[in-house]
Amino acid sequence: MKGKEMDTQNINLLEGREKQVYEKTAGGAEVDIACEKTSLSGSVSQRACVFCGSRVVLYPVADAIHIVHGPIGCAAYTWDIRGAVSSGPELHRLSFSTDLQEMDVIYGGEKKLYRSLIELIDQYQPNAAFIYSTCIIGLIGDDIDAVCKKVAKEKGIPVLPVHSEGFKGTKKDGYKAACLALMKLIGQGSTEGISKYSINILGEFNLAGEAWIIREYYEKMGIEVVATMTGDGRIDAIRRSHGASLNVVQCSGSMTTLAKEMEEKYGIPFIRVSYFGFEDMSKSLYDVAQHFPERPDIMEKAKEIVRDEIRKYYPEMQKFKAALAGKKAAIYVGGAFKTFSLIKALRTIGMSVVLAGSQTGNQQDYKNLKEMCDEGTVIVDDSNPVELSKFILEKEADLLIGGVKERPIAFKLGVAFCDHNHERKIPLAGFIGMYYFAREVYESVMSPVWQFAPRKGGAQ
Amino acid sequence: MLLRHTTKEVKEREGLTINPAKTCQPIGAMYAALGVHGCLPHSHGSQGCCSYHRSTLTRHYKEPVMAATSSFTEGASVFGGQANLLAAIETIFSVYDPEVIAVHSTCLSETIGDDLQQITKKAKDDGKIPEGKYVIYASTPSFVGSHITGYANMVVGMAEQFAKSIGEKNDKVNVIAGWMEPSDMREIKSLASRLGVKIVLFPDTSDVLDAPQTGKHEFYPKGGTTIAELISAGDSKCSLAVGCISAEPAAVALDKKCKVPFETVDMPIGLSATDRFIMALSKAGGVKVPDEITAERGRLVDVMADMEQYFYGKKVALFGDPDQLMPLTEFLLDLGMIPAHIVSGTPGNRFEKRMREILERAPGANFRNGAQADMFLLHQWIKNEPVDLLIGNTYGKYIARDEDIPFVRFGFPILDRIGHSYFPNIGYSGSLRLVEKILGVLMDRQDQTALEERFELVM
Repeated sequence: MKGKEMDTQNINLLEGREKQVYEKTAGGAEVDIACEKTSLSGSVSQRACVFCGSRVVLYPVADAIHIVHGPIGCAAYTWDIRGAVSSGPELHRLSFSTDLQEMDVIYGGEKKLYRSLIELIDQYQPNAAFIYSTCIIGLIGDDIDAVCKKVAKEKGIPVLPVHSEGFKGTKKDGYKAACLALMKLIGQGSTEGISKYSINILGEFNLAGEAWIIREYYEKMGIEVVATMTGDGRIDAIRRSHGASLNVVQCSGSMTTLAKEMEEKYGIPFIRVSYFGFEDMSKSLYDVAQHFPERPDIMEKAKEIVRDEIRKYYPEMQKFKAALAGKKAAIYVGGAFKTFSLIKALRTIGMSVVLAGSQTGNQQDYKNLKEMCDEGTVIVDDSNPVELSKFILEKEADLLIGGVKERPIAFKLGVAFCDHNHERKIPLAGFIGMYYFAREVYESVMSPVWQFAPRKGGAQ
Repeated sequence: MLLRHTTKEVKEREGLTINPAKTCQPIGAMYAALGVHGCLPHSHGSQGCCSYHRSTLTRHYKEPVMAATSSFTEGASVFGGQANLLAAIETIFSVYDPEVIAVHSTCLSETIGDDLQQITKKAKDDGKIPEGKYVIYASTPSFVGSHITGYANMVVGMAEQFAKSIGEKNDKVNVIAGWMEPSDMREIKSLASRLGVKIVLFPDTSDVLDAPQTGKHEFYPKGGTTIAELISAGDSKCSLAVGCISAEPAAVALDKKCKVPFETVDMPIGLSATDRFIMALSKAGGVKVPDEITAERGRLVDVMADMEQYFYGKKVALFGDPDQLMPLTEFLLDLGMIPAHIVSGTPGNRFEKRMREILERAPGANFRNGAQADMFLLHQWIKNEPVDLLIGNTYGKYIARDEDIPFVRFGFPILDRIGHSYFPNIGYSGSLRLVEKILGVLMDRQDQTALEERFELVM
């Protein structure tokens, strides 16, 4: 391992993980970080499974029912845990399961799935149904495609199988399975009346209402948003989304597959954006405006929004920046693209990044990450609590940005925390989101509680 | 109105579960295993299972939860998971260095047919388990029973695979804890010590899932039943199983293996069940109940008497896990309340039979457990016959909000409040806390809704 030779004794890396950790140093040779590997058996990985990937992508479609075909756990653990909000129907917040029992495993669960679907559709009158297959469905050989076809025919709504058996890959494969299901809807609706100046917002899940913020910016620019996928999602909007002129893709890990498919099939180009931080947020408005050069008014409007919004929030943020300047952050989130934005956003408020990692980054992501990071920054792929704790302490981070499993680790270490995953309670996207982000980081880092919660076991 | 779709008319469903009142076995096994000192739970299945269980336990306890996974891939599911588990055991001992690995299966590994006993034996034979270290296992297929079953199975694993008899009985009493909070396990230890009974408590998640902030992330916090204690359980003079569903199977296993006679008691929730627990523990330990505990009991009775008018005739809907629901229902009856609707997703005839007995004092009460005994059904029942109070885990908040019912959080999981892992829910003091919580929500409601002329200062 080059860059800097990692002292495996000192930081206790999992054997076989040395290539998934890298420390940027001056003059260190270029090295490719190993990623897109399945986790080592026996590791305390922070990662999830294929089903998890599919479930998080499709979950926010609010006027469809989401039924988990398998034993009860997979439905129970994903019941309303993501704050993907809806402006109307809220079917997505309920938990439906076929709750397979031993006899179903032996004799097959198709009949139970069929009956469950009929009962559900009669009860809830949804606009579509997604059927997630869990681990054992692949093994017991249920033909869920056939069941879906039959029910779709009988009930006259799209009934879509999602092949998300947990073990058949990583969370990313789950994203793909979800995109496949969405592709079956896209193209089914009428595109009549859709403006030439229109987009789809992809990979925005409306956590804490973020999609609404983004949508409003674009609409102010004079752009029609045909569908958001999948935040505050609706089946009809998805069905006619092939009428949009451009796909704007955030959370590229989950939705690039869909954007590529739509490009191939419907000739819709796509751009990758991020809505975190002033810099990336502004760019995501400009990039869309640039797509419509014949309408300079759109660009004018975009500039106006950026100007107004930054004028509104930038001064307020100076207070936070003054207090946070020089503080150090560690980032461990799902997708690598989010890490890029966070590094930039943290720089805006005067903070540096000492640890940057993701669960699902690819080779190119890590290359970019290395270029972006300062010297001394540790970069990790598919990390675990031991590593995270060690690096946070060694690098003397003041803040950890992560998800549900990382939060209590930060607090035990006496380090501030910001949830940048699905348990965020306030919108972090958009200009106002950057303000909220800075405020949340400020409030956590400056909390008086840390004076009672020593770091490093109380050692100075 | 998140649950606006819930209809009043109750129709038998043939397949569907809506808003479950249970979850799957492996999380119970993981929770139980965390109650062994220096133990790393290991999930033999896909990566997602482990991640979901850790996240759920973390949301409930606001604590880091460590567990490893076999990280099944497509290959493993074709050729069997033996290679994954063997590799995992090796990795875990070399990197995370636990005293024990507690392996539980999942629906995936069970359906493939992985035999944990055989694989762990092979690990031992192949020298993958270092001297003085242990690997225990429990079969926990997700398509059988519930999270409670998984807990019980892992505790059986502890009893069967650790306890040894050297043939000489000591004067200790095994107290086998059913699924309860770390605070409850702490309370059991405190009660035993005040009674003067020496116990071996297992599992014991206190000082594991309620660990103090120290500035360090302790991978293995200081709590948990030690291996020495678990081994010695085979020579204890008797066992007390606290909970007939989640604890008794381990007591039976211990009796079978090491001839340790046992008695099963309800979880000490409420007055009557705590009385029985204290009597059983003092009898097992051959001690008299000290005045101090009698006085604690007296204080609970005193409050029950002082406040009886606020309880009397109030209808309650409750849901959760069997070992809690049985004594809790009894306690509500002792308070003069009317248990009206009760559901538990956990199946089982014994539970059903016992509930029927308890509910003889509440004719007309709706009770269902097992298939389709879910939150949807509970809500329908409530729509048909409204109640004054709802008791259950966090998932009750949807019904409480939609139907505007005072709500006391109790059970697993509690994702939106703290306290459950710090203050006991059992014993006389835990029961007093429960009384306080029930009164709190009922009296707040009365204050909020009373007409101005009936708005009372003194209650």
